[in-house]
Amino acid sequence: MTSQVDQSAAVDGSDGEGGPESAARSGTSGRPGKPIRRLDRVIIRFAGDSGDGMQLTGDRFTSETAAFGNDLSTLPNFPAEIRAPAGTLPGVSSFQLHFADHDILTPGDAPNVLVAMNPAALKANLADLPRGAEIIVDTDEFTKRALAKVGYAADPLGDGSLDAYRLHRVPLTTLTLEALKDSGLARKDAERAKNMFALGLLSWMYHRPTHGTETFLRRKFAKKPAIAEANITAFRAGWNFGETTEDFAVSYEIPPARLPAGTYRNISGNLALSYGLIAASRRSGLPLFLGSYPITPASDILHELSRHKNFGVRTFQAEDEIAGIGAALGAAFGGALGVTTTSGPGVALKSETIGLAVSLELPLLVVDIQRGGPSTGLPTKTEQADLLQAMFGRNGEAPVPIVAPATPAECFDAALEAARIAITYRTPVMLLSDGYLANGSEPWRIPETDELPTIEPDFATGPNREDGGFWPYKRDPQTLARPWAVPGTAGLEHRIGGIEKQDGTGNISYDPANHDFMVRTRQAKIDGVTVPDLEVDDLTGDARLLVLGWGSTYGPITAAVRRLRADGHRIAQAHLRNLNPFPANLGAVLASYERVIVPEMNLGQLALLLRAKYLVDAQSYNQVRGLPFKAAQLADVLSAAIGTLEGDGQ
Amino acid sequence: MTEAFRSLHLVPKAESPQSAKDFKTDQEVRWCPGCGDYAILAAVQAFMPELGIRRENTVFISGIGCSSRFPYYMNTYGMHSIHGRAPAIATGLAASRPDLSVWVVTGDGDALSIGGNHLIHALRRNVNLKILLFNNRIYGLTKGQYSPTSELGKITKSTPMGSLDAPFNPLSLAVGAEATFVARTIDSDRQHLQSVLRAAAEHEGTALVEIYQNCNIFNDGAFEVLKEPATRDEALVRLEQGRPVRFGADRGVFRGPDGDLYVDHVTEANEAQLLVHDAHRPSPATAFALTRLADADTLHHTPIGVLRDVHRPVYDTLMAEQLTRATTEQGAGDLAALLHGSDTWTVA
Repeated sequence: MTSQVDQSAAVDGSDGEGGPESAARSGTSGRPGKPIRRLDRVIIRFAGDSGDGMQLTGDRFTSETAAFGNDLSTLPNFPAEIRAPAGTLPGVSSFQLHFADHDILTPGDAPNVLVAMNPAALKANLADLPRGAEIIVDTDEFTKRALAKVGYAADPLGDGSLDAYRLHRVPLTTLTLEALKDSGLARKDAERAKNMFALGLLSWMYHRPTHGTETFLRRKFAKKPAIAEANITAFRAGWNFGETTEDFAVSYEIPPARLPAGTYRNISGNLALSYGLIAASRRSGLPLFLGSYPITPASDILHELSRHKNFGVRTFQAEDEIAGIGAALGAAFGGALGVTTTSGPGVALKSETIGLAVSLELPLLVVDIQRGGPSTGLPTKTEQADLLQAMFGRNGEAPVPIVAPATPAECFDAALEAARIAITYRTPVMLLSDGYLANGSEPWRIPETDELPTIEPDFATGPNREDGGFWPYKRDPQTLARPWAVPGTAGLEHRIGGIEKQDGTGNISYDPANHDFMVRTRQAKIDGVTVPDLEVDDLTGDARLLVLGWGSTYGPITAAVRRLRADGHRIAQAHLRNLNPFPANLGAVLASYERVIVPEMNLGQLALLLRAKYLVDAQSYNQVRGLPFKAAQLADVLSAAIGTLEGDGQ
Repeated sequence: MTEAFRSLHLVPKAESPQSAKDFKTDQEVRWCPGCGDYAILAAVQAFMPELGIRRENTVFISGIGCSSRFPYYMNTYGMHSIHGRAPAIATGLAASRPDLSVWVVTGDGDALSIGGNHLIHALRRNVNLKILLFNNRIYGLTKGQYSPTSELGKITKSTPMGSLDAPFNPLSLAVGAEATFVARTIDSDRQHLQSVLRAAAEHEGTALVEIYQNCNIFNDGAFEVLKEPATRDEALVRLEQGRPVRFGADRGVFRGPDGDLYVDHVTEANEAQLLVHDAHRPSPATAFALTRLADADTLHHTPIGVLRDVHRPVYDTLMAEQLTRATTEQGAGDLAALLHGSDTWTVA
């Protein structure tokens, strides 16, 4: 592979994300003016103050990159504080983007390029950079005061401490102000366009199409045309600066990726999930009702769905988490696709209502965008430590199916799958996404709408007893689902509740044998949910080690596996999308490998379930840093495990 | 059959007249013998046919507590949910199904303690719900602890030396929470109870009806002064729209110079100054003053009837209007167009 960074082992393919034929495609091509180098992939990180607009800058660069046709993966990383004190380490916000001419899986371990808008951004991110990485700094922000604020005794731009990197000193603020001197804007407003100057410079460096950004800025600031023009001017000035200044001698070309045929767009997990819910509503014919309370990192789903009322979507911002799920359950009783969206602390509050939905046996989707815990934890950082809460976090025996997407785009399919299970089996379903999937994005091949599965609500329309009566708990013998009779259906009036009910009639019952039967039946219904078999990727068929993951660890695990295989190792990989019930073949899969390693961003929750259910010595590899795994790190762990096996066995 | 109730204009009409019997289920009613809930149940069952709507379009939703068993005895759709959450669940149902008549049955513990938050937010949103709050000023189902409406100093199982909590006045709370309809009635006065239910059903939006209900096991006689023939005329103030507020032999309600209400003997001299009841006053000040009129210790001069009944847009109607407006402005949702968005590229 060809890296922009030449000295670094860390970026030189060790994360498993290099392209297979990169050497052949690399090279330096010439055009009049500056030389252009061809690369197969690049990792860029924009970093600045929370108020510097780094998320917007990253989003725009991502859109340009998607429009260009590269494969990509993103990692926004920002503090929970809206505006942490300016210039401080806690206030640093960053956006990392990995893009390539081939299929990639992660936002990348180590950036090739860091754009640091101030000393805090440099200090907070430097440790992640490999030697030889390029650093672009806004020198205007490297004042004595700003340096002192983050504890720099000497100016790192001048003391030689950055000698291992390729440093570009750019007075971004001055250049932006100079470009906007005729704009008539106050200095403060003009200065705010410096992120667009930086975006323009990077867009030049990587040959990004610029039309989309200019259109975007005109639309975003439609009501403030002066601001729109200033941002566009700054953006163009940044581009022209790259073109003319000698500091940037080379620009880079990353050809489009060869993805499977189709129409693509870039999509984040929360957006994909929102669309999946709307699609589920369409494909089931049930109106969508979202009851939700704002919580990071789930609120974007509430925002998104509230914009699509022309799809018959009702969004209800409740007074609290409990009312959010309560309203969704009430709507489900009335025949809607009831959904509540939240994060871990919200699930804790909703537990009692989830239990009620288990007892009522009504369809309900509970979407948990997991974040760092316990308690308030790390609101803007990712984690997957709510698995056991989803599995067991209720009083009594209250089984709930669990679905977990592996990538941002897969959140779309997960929403449809969760709706299918909920509606078919009349049960609440937990959908476990996380902060990384929610905010990260990737290209998505847009499905044809008629390719999407249909979901049959199969409402009860008439009596189900020979005597003309209706029993609300008379079950389908195949699925064990009870009839869903909605108010307004004549002759099927019935009462349901959280008190134990008699099998069949649904009348209140305290009978011991009936309770035992009902508890076992509710469990059997969930155990009997049909889920696809687990697919195992074992290329040679003779691997001895299986790495098994779930959720957002898919990208780094797969990248690590690719790397090990490139080094000649045999390793099998599988990823669970259904965590309750598990796929029917899971036990057999686990038993067919000598060793099973389960990497998780928790302290071993899936591993605990596997060990309990299958008596298998699944071994955990854990990290709870609020960030996704690094592929290189996982590759080391897996490689060591393979080494042990080979040492043991041969 | 009466004319359609305004709040029920979207609910399908019954094809033939119904009777109280149609609203009874085959379930054995399991309240304690002598409980005030029996009288309320009978009054409600007898009242429902008056609405003239299809039984299958009627839903009763309750929380937890003695009163919350109510839905099991109503031959309509019903849900006995969890403690305090009935207003939230009913909000989701009412907001998504304007063709239903949705009733919430709750108690003083359910509505005002564990479910206080949902109650106040339902009231301020003005969802089309009728909330029947059975107030017996005690926890019955958990066997006799004090409730949020129990009087200060009350001796109960959990307060052997007397309760330290100042009680809520449910109707003051409701008026403060921007309720558009606030009324009070008594379990034992069937005619009055039904007149209040009628007014509540007529109201567009959330109606809160507090029903004084006797718990003969844990708080017997709590409202006896309002029921006893010897005392009730002096204790009860029956509010009637557009009429001067008079009660007992010769007493009435007046507005003092400070704006507050007070009770006095009515004479020829002051008769013209009697407060004329108008539940439709836009300002909640008089309704609030009426909620405070009763003597907290003796319950003397307790107003019953409709204290407040004003018009404000209904939440579920507004929600439906937004859906219609979005469809008019943006066209009916096109899933393929949504999934494509504005930035796509094609790989051949």
